[in-house]
Amino acid sequence: MEVKFSQEQLDKVKEIISRYPEGKQKSALLPLLHLAQEDFGWCSVEVMDYIATLLHIKPVEVYEVATFYSMFHMKPVGKYVLEVCQTGPCMLRGSDQIVNYLKKKLGVEMGGTSADGMFTLKTVECLASCGSAPMMQVEDAYYEYLSEEKIDEILDMFRANAIHRKEHFPGRTV
Amino acid sequence: MKILLDKINVPGINTFEVYRREGGYRAVEKALKTMTPDQVVEEVKTSGLRGRGGAGFPTGMKWSFIDKTSSNPHYLVCNADESEPGTFKDRYLMQNSPHSLIEGMIVSSFALEAKLSYIYVRGELKFIIKILEKAIAEAYANGFLGKNILGSGYDLDLYVQPGGGAYICGEETALLESLEGKRGNPRIKPPFPAVKGLWASPTVVNNVETIAATTWIVNNGGAEYAKIGIGRSTGTKLISACGHINNPGVYEIELGLPVKEFLYSNEYCGGIWKNHKLKAVVPGGSSVPILPEELFLKTAAGEDRLMSYESLSDGGFATGSMLGSGGFIVYDETACIVKNTWNFSRFYHHESCGQCSPCREGTGWMERVLHRIEFGKGRPEDIDLLVEVAKRIEGNTICPLGDAAAWPVAAAIRHFRHEFEYHIKHPEKVMDADHVYQPGMVMA
Repeated sequence: MEVKFSQEQLDKVKEIISRYPEGKQKSALLPLLHLAQEDFGWCSVEVMDYIATLLHIKPVEVYEVATFYSMFHMKPVGKYVLEVCQTGPCMLRGSDQIVNYLKKKLGVEMGGTSADGMFTLKTVECLASCGSAPMMQVEDAYYEYLSEEKIDEILDMFRANAIHRKEHFPGRTV
Repeated sequence: MKILLDKINVPGINTFEVYRREGGYRAVEKALKTMTPDQVVEEVKTSGLRGRGGAGFPTGMKWSFIDKTSSNPHYLVCNADESEPGTFKDRYLMQNSPHSLIEGMIVSSFALEAKLSYIYVRGELKFIIKILEKAIAEAYANGFLGKNILGSGYDLDLYVQPGGGAYICGEETALLESLEGKRGNPRIKPPFPAVKGLWASPTVVNNVETIAATTWIVNNGGAEYAKIGIGRSTGTKLISACGHINNPGVYEIELGLPVKEFLYSNEYCGGIWKNHKLKAVVPGGSSVPILPEELFLKTAAGEDRLMSYESLSDGGFATGSMLGSGGFIVYDETACIVKNTWNFSRFYHHESCGQCSPCREGTGWMERVLHRIEFGKGRPEDIDLLVEVAKRIEGNTICPLGDAAAWPVAAAIRHFRHEFEYHIKHPEKVMDADHVYQPGMVMA
């Protein structure tokens, strides 16, 4: 499978690069990594090499950045990644119980993907949602004031929607 | 007195139309049509406004450092990388009233003579990025951004830049590195960003709340702003309150409000949840020292503690803390200070960029030692070891993340040493038979 953006996304790439002065296109790296991850599911070597060619920079400049920031998946993940906040304020409001419930329910350890390939469970650090703790992020959305019942509802909702999602690209890890 | 959140409950305030109808963008008209950039800087200086991201540095002074002799363009970058545990005020403002930030960006960019500005938002807040991009598009469509704004001859382009998930990028030079498409490694200062910032050009980096406050200052004058608040803590502050309280949320307070009123009044936190007793408060985000109830409510000298830069830091670190970012975390009597300290140490270890050895190694050591104390494997000498490691990190790193990691550990031991000793002496009491930690232990 060839790693390549659609024409629509290539237009978006062009627009993103135009936000910076001439010759400063490397600034587009983080926005492009986000765009690529949305499209290809995770940051494989092939994806990162492709971004390097789009920005006329060396592949290593992409690798060193992608591995530094916690949002970029450096190995394949499930269709949905559940990112549960575990930092102090969420912990005070019961994030440990939320994490344990998700582990049990999905039958995975931290970082693992459920057997049906649907969900990857991750813990993350503070997401600026401390007043609505406990919480988790899935894709663009925050799910707040979590409880076991609410998690059941959320997972069911994702399962119902998952049929429309395309498969993630295969690829190599760094 | 509300300045930033006075219109927050007006339906549709997130749209240009309603924001404008409610008096929005008047500051842009006033600044661009009737003031010079230097006059705006002077008003901000007069206002006494201090950086709302945590450091509290006077904003007008920061602006006046910009290198006007440079032939490079100037840039304004808004720091919306809000990541300090306990802090969610900027997110609240951007989510509910994005034009408050956009308007502030325009007048502040004008003051700094910047023609290209960025709002660097933490990458996780994708929905906020969409809200801001929509608001920016509305501002362009109505002639408040772009070429020759309101016929004044002033041009400004404004873009949103996403982060990638890294607390360190809230440090201004790390943020600039990140905006240049690199790892978020803080730079050695000097040179300061005002001389060599984004792409080696003069740059100012300001927090969301700071920038939003400049709108009111332009509209009403710096002298009026300086009348609000107390002493050198002028104006209002957004406080994000969380933890064991009845009403978690974001509140705008006039600086100088007694902490007791903030914590117990139904207008704000509404007291401790479940009718529990208060144990401790971290008043300004996870990096500032934790204070036990008695030192939180009153200073060591016996005065009522106030929500202000000076009062919260009264007594230095021995008996005080800091206003910081306004991330207000409350602990009730069941909270385990050891567990909380371990949790924060794990956070800082995870977020250390790895550039400086004291921080890269020291945060890991602190996390591991705290982990073993918390999980019943602590040794008597561990407490002093933690104090020693914290001391060796503090002040020995390029950026303040080292300090931010060291302070919570040092303060927790300073005020709650007995809880650490209890964990080490009685592992069986904090662990059940399966060696699972028992949360909610009330320490003897």
